[in-house]
Amino acid sequence: MDKIGKLGFSEEQADLLEVAMNFCRDKSPIERVRGLLEDKLGHDPELWKEIGEMGWLGIAIPEAYGGIGLSMAEVVPVAEAMGRYLLNSPFTATTLAAQALLAGGTEAQKQAWLPRLAGGEAATLALLEAEGDWDVMAISARAGRDGDTLELSGRKRFVADAASASAVIVSVQLDGQPTLVLLEAADLGREALRPETIIDETRRTFELTLDGIRISEDRLLDPDLAATALKHIHLCSNLLAAADMTGGNLSVIDYTLDYLRTRTQFGKPIGSYQALKHPMVDAYVMYEQARSHVYSAAHCFNQQGEGEIATRMAKVTALEAYSYAGDRSIQFHGGFGFTYDCDAQLYRRRAIWHGAMSGDSAFHKKALADLLLG
Amino acid sequence: MSEVNEKELAEFSAEADAWFAENTVSDPGFRLPLTFMEVGTDQQFDFLRDWQNKVWSAGYLGAAWPSEYGGGGLAQAFQDAATKAMRKHQAPIMLNAIGLNWTGPMLLDIGSHELKAKYLKNILSGEDIWCQGFSEPENGSDLGNAQTRAVRDGDEYVINGSKIWTTQGNYAKYMILLARTDPDAPRKYDGLSFFLAPMRVPGVETVPIRKLTGEFGFTQTFFTDARIPADGLMGEEGQGWKIAMQLLEYERGVRGGQAGGYIITEQNAFDVVELARRVKRGGKPAIEDPVLRDKLVEFIIEIQSNALCRQRVPIQPLNQEKPFGVPLASKLMFTEFVRRLNEFAVTLTGTGGGYYVGDPNAVDEGLWTRAYLNAFSATIGGGTSQIQRNIVAEHVLGLPKG
Repeated sequence: MDKIGKLGFSEEQADLLEVAMNFCRDKSPIERVRGLLEDKLGHDPELWKEIGEMGWLGIAIPEAYGGIGLSMAEVVPVAEAMGRYLLNSPFTATTLAAQALLAGGTEAQKQAWLPRLAGGEAATLALLEAEGDWDVMAISARAGRDGDTLELSGRKRFVADAASASAVIVSVQLDGQPTLVLLEAADLGREALRPETIIDETRRTFELTLDGIRISEDRLLDPDLAATALKHIHLCSNLLAAADMTGGNLSVIDYTLDYLRTRTQFGKPIGSYQALKHPMVDAYVMYEQARSHVYSAAHCFNQQGEGEIATRMAKVTALEAYSYAGDRSIQFHGGFGFTYDCDAQLYRRRAIWHGAMSGDSAFHKKALADLLLG
Repeated sequence: MSEVNEKELAEFSAEADAWFAENTVSDPGFRLPLTFMEVGTDQQFDFLRDWQNKVWSAGYLGAAWPSEYGGGGLAQAFQDAATKAMRKHQAPIMLNAIGLNWTGPMLLDIGSHELKAKYLKNILSGEDIWCQGFSEPENGSDLGNAQTRAVRDGDEYVINGSKIWTTQGNYAKYMILLARTDPDAPRKYDGLSFFLAPMRVPGVETVPIRKLTGEFGFTQTFFTDARIPADGLMGEEGQGWKIAMQLLEYERGVRGGQAGGYIITEQNAFDVVELARRVKRGGKPAIEDPVLRDKLVEFIIEIQSNALCRQRVPIQPLNQEKPFGVPLASKLMFTEFVRRLNEFAVTLTGTGGGYYVGDPNAVDEGLWTRAYLNAFSATIGGGTSQIQRNIVAEHVLGLPKG
């Protein structure tokens, strides 16, 4: 099957994996993650600044726009490291906003915004709506023309880190076509953002009310590129979600293994019982398979055909593996697993989040069936 | 190994590709075994022995073994390229599985010059077929409890007992044999020794075992005061378990040194996709059924999982956390996948699942049912999947023994 991709790993990926793993381990111990759960901002602004200084926001931005000029393949190890240590920051939102501009922005927008994002200014995307649909082309929010001005209406959900974003890229219907527009922080009125209560408490998202927002036409991204850009963002967000999940997947496995080695019942460590041992092996195998898919997706991401197939496979396997490992982690911690203090819930909640945001297994398998089976 | 010359490697790959394109026979007029455990007739055996010899003579088997012992003396990358060409052209399997993948690498690691000179070339050429004598009727998963006795008597050992699941036992000239030299050792493992044992000596009898498929491929081997030369002892008495465990590492790819090629045909999920186009559900091709499409996609994802994990093993930075995790889990992953894929294919054939090999109406000559039943040889043999999970749990995940 020639549409099936291979696995490759570049020196840049290897370097970034090592540096990012060390960085995230040092900066985001689990106590720190828990310390931020009830924090209003949800991330450490100093750490966010450091991430900017590391240059990681510019990894997949061309040098001409102030970036490093690598690709999404090199963002993957960083996303994996952040997932491993549950480090939250506007990194993913900003990276995806930059990809939206690269794939769908006008030259002027790219020149104006990409250097700022590469330099560490946060930006985000507003794509999801009320119907719970993962189809990024199904859009109800509207932009109406009023002379040279666009008047927006409708609502967007799950706008990540919107409170700290300098720019929000929003999908709307304009003249009956899906279109992207760029809002600046100043465009959003006091009431436009409502903090949402979400399953993954390490994150901060907002419901965005567009009603009454008026912007000039130069805020339109290139309408001819909107469909391509939306598809690209969808795949980018799934790639990074898969990478984040394989990162956390190993953590939740190791966290559970620690417990199985030390907790004793009936005079033996509970990890010596095959009823617990064997499902842990299954969880581990699923994790390794998913991780292979993630790095294959990273490697093939820019190839027409292979990239989409590999990315959807990575999402399916990473989501199923992370969900299973998190689910079993809660169960295998017994009574402790049922408490808020057990970290298993942090990982399990994150997997639920990623399934909810960019498509569950059934959604991606259906897309894969069309790509692979005709 | 010396540095790989990329230009030479590219030329070698192209030559191998062309050679297998020209020489691969896909239909010799009878069914070819999909795995080395399915060689049930003399016709199949003779064909595969000739094929292995031909591949070796052309330089595409044992390419990375030393040239003084019949190998090609090249870097491993050359053999890998040849194996890749074999897969591409769906060439028949290599017959002498135990010799190529177990005995050979072991001799290369710990064998004397004399042993290498005596055995390696004939392993590659297929002249000497090797079999394995580990499992016993009463000691399968608990291999360390093997009871077949070896008693030293001058320049010989006298063997008594029985080994089972001896693949190609009726064709083999030699056996790698795990036998007990010290029944009183405090640890059962320390009483075992490892032998290179001739099969064609008085007191060795092989009896074919009929498989659940109705066919043959394995034997049970009986030893009754069989005398084998004492110089067949590998290492020292009491080291048998250690050597046997080392062999399992060759089998699982944790250690290199295998001669190359493959002994099990890759199961291709896309063959099942093609099957889904041919069979009907509700008057329409099964491939249009949304539930079956979902299952097919899952199998395609899984075959890709196996392929990608194999590609990942040599990438060191992606194997740091649990260094031998992927290779140690690979048997479990792959064999269980093959079993489930074939089981699904049987159901996919609809009423066709009711026929069996031999009936003119059987779908694809009964291939899928036979492959499903034969798939258990791999989920049970070489350590059952349940034992594999214990191995991964204890050696990779650091969980305590039960």
